[in-house]
Amino acid sequence: MLIRIIILSLGLLGTIAHAEQISENYNLYEKTTRFFSFSDYSVKLILSGIILMGSGCGLIGSFVVTRKLSLFGDTLSHAVLPGIAVGFICTESKNSFGIILGALIAGFLGVSLISLIRRTTRIHLDSILGLVLSGFYAIGICLLTRIQKLEYGNQSGIDRYLFGQITGLSLSDILIIGISTTLVCLFIFLFYKEMLVTGFDEGFACSIGLPIHLLQYILWVLLSFTVITSLQLVGVILVSALLIIPAATALMITQRMNSLLLCSACLGIIAGVIGCYISFLGNQLPTGPLIVLSSTVIFIIVHLFNPKKGVFFEKFRLRKYRDKISLENTLKAVYQVLEKNHFTQDQINISDLAKRRKVSIAEAQREAKNLVKREYAHVAKKEPSMLPGESILSLTSVGWSNACRIIRNHRLWELYLTNQAHYAPDHVHDDAEKIEHILGDEIVRKIERILSNPRKDPHGKLIPSQQDIDRGFINVHEK
Amino acid sequence: MKSIFPPFNFSEIFYEPWMSKDDIIWNSEIILMGFLISFSCGLIGTFLVLRKLALMGDAISHSILPGIVLAIIAFQSTALIPMFLGACIAGLACSFCIEWLQRKTHLKPDAALGLTFTSFFALGILLISQMGHHVHIDAECLLYGEIGMTPLAENIKIGSINFGPRPIFAMLAITIVLILLIIIFYKQLVITSFDEILSNSIGIPVKTIHYALMFALAITIVSALESVGVILVVAMLVFPSTTASLFSTRLPVILFSTFPLALLYSIGGFFFARWMDCSIAGAMASVAFVSFLAIWLISNKSFIQPIYEILAKNLGQKKSP
Repeated sequence: MLIRIIILSLGLLGTIAHAEQISENYNLYEKTTRFFSFSDYSVKLILSGIILMGSGCGLIGSFVVTRKLSLFGDTLSHAVLPGIAVGFICTESKNSFGIILGALIAGFLGVSLISLIRRTTRIHLDSILGLVLSGFYAIGICLLTRIQKLEYGNQSGIDRYLFGQITGLSLSDILIIGISTTLVCLFIFLFYKEMLVTGFDEGFACSIGLPIHLLQYILWVLLSFTVITSLQLVGVILVSALLIIPAATALMITQRMNSLLLCSACLGIIAGVIGCYISFLGNQLPTGPLIVLSSTVIFIIVHLFNPKKGVFFEKFRLRKYRDKISLENTLKAVYQVLEKNHFTQDQINISDLAKRRKVSIAEAQREAKNLVKREYAHVAKKEPSMLPGESILSLTSVGWSNACRIIRNHRLWELYLTNQAHYAPDHVHDDAEKIEHILGDEIVRKIERILSNPRKDPHGKLIPSQQDIDRGFINVHEK
Repeated sequence: MKSIFPPFNFSEIFYEPWMSKDDIIWNSEIILMGFLISFSCGLIGTFLVLRKLALMGDAISHSILPGIVLAIIAFQSTALIPMFLGACIAGLACSFCIEWLQRKTHLKPDAALGLTFTSFFALGILLISQMGHHVHIDAECLLYGEIGMTPLAENIKIGSINFGPRPIFAMLAITIVLILLIIIFYKQLVITSFDEILSNSIGIPVKTIHYALMFALAITIVSALESVGVILVVAMLVFPSTTASLFSTRLPVILFSTFPLALLYSIGGFFFARWMDCSIAGAMASVAFVSFLAIWLISNKSFIQPIYEILAKNLGQKKSP
């Protein structure tokens, strides 16, 4: 990760430095306004193409990522190459529906071959993807090198499908991208419910009579259509990035399918616009890689700063848990000191607490302060004649019930382990020490039921019951 | 429309490469290089396919691009060793990133892989475009490769003995080392490929073996790349072992059959490229693809059965009148 960040930041620094160098001639502000006012015809054209492509790829990508088809996009974008070559040979032009038709047919052949091999052999899916990807691509390369030898007039145009060329975008290209994105939107609008069901539970979808194979084939055709139309903008390899990265980022933000679709389409558009803007600022900066890199940067930012799962907040979450555990341990120690005195008094010395917790007196005072802060305990006012460990601490009713709960969890678990799991009584303490902090009410009720509301733990100590908690003290003489 | 297929001239394709001594050396060096790459990639690919990492080769071969470019920028030269090191480091970094993403996020393995290598590749292309004109990197060469140029590389000489062109020498060394490593660590490789939990419990370091495999993969790919390009490397990693797995399920058989398959790919690809007058590396991968399809069709009963029936019916009809 660190290496990647370094590499990335190196790249970004490079581009920024370059952008500044260029903007000495043109004002950065001027360029920005020129870019966002859409006054240039070419900028308008490219931006509309990128927005259409970003939303289309984002939408179909969210199906791709949730169905573990991520590398399907990669395979498809390689597998269409022979189709492009054959389409080029048949029509002898680089800018036609012939190429797209050829590519569609090749993509469909590739996908059918994948599912055929999968059904008839025991080869793993990833190997099959590798087979089809490299096999089709190799045939495509043979055809392309052959075309170069045949000396067609305008054969140089075919390279744009390999590496992508965004500047040569014409109105008809945008029309095709628009058609593919519209088809994707239409498909999602019409079959949203069906796709949701088949995506999550194929067996169930089959049993309620949904045509799962038909839906899958429609998805594949749409996927190949999206891949082919995006191919001429960003090239073979970066297409799969546009499919995967926005959807993967959206998957970190949300878990619901409808918001996932929306989110990933938006992220696709945002990454596209940012990449396009940076490449507009600079000179000769390739747009495709910049779009991909900006979506990667968005992914990293979301990954680091996501409040729920982000790496950045992991420390805070861990610290919260640690604080809770130490607080509960202090409460437990207070209870144990009270128990040692047979509950004859309802207050203890800090020094007893320190002895019990095996910490220094200063440390025990700090822990007591934490208890007071949460209103779990009172500490009596310190008189000048007192020594440091002689402060008096008494639990409040909240503190008392919490302490009872922890002790109860601990002892119930010990009893459960000895009775039900047949552990030796002297082996259960460490396990209970860990689990007492995370046992929920539901599990405690269940254990109570299994052990039929016990009163004593394996070491013969009393398990505080609900009545004791309510009463606020424990009567040891009660049998 | 011009024909894609040139006329088939038997003597031009099969005799002419072997007419003079220079031609024989030139062409046999190309075939030898193709064979060595197919063989070594096939060996290491067998274990990748077993571990369901077949596309790791694809990922690593794409992600070495920024490593190469950064090495060139850092050293301001196209010297071989820094480029080689940069490529290896980038490839390993990619495999680390994929592992890390899988561990730390909820991404599925395939999404993590696709995300990482495309980002690396995009960075590589961006860096190339920023390098200016003083150094020229041919991205097409990286993708297609040019195995036909192998004999042109400088020869390695120790004393007065000529060891032949450098790429062949390097590839030969890598192949021998790979074979030795597989023989020595065969047991560990097999156990970790089939049952990670068992191998962990009997004290075989699974992680170390995984990264050692990735390291070997990165080195093999980087050495093969200048000759055959990204896609042929992927083809050679996947095709031999999957083709062999169609007719055998025993690992030793699969490993041994990479040898004849590699011979078939290199020789068949060479002649196919001579006929079609196209990229030799592409032709070798195409031969691999076609031979896989052929063996798949032959080994598959549901395809063969109807043909047998039709044949039997026709023969029977001919006999009866």
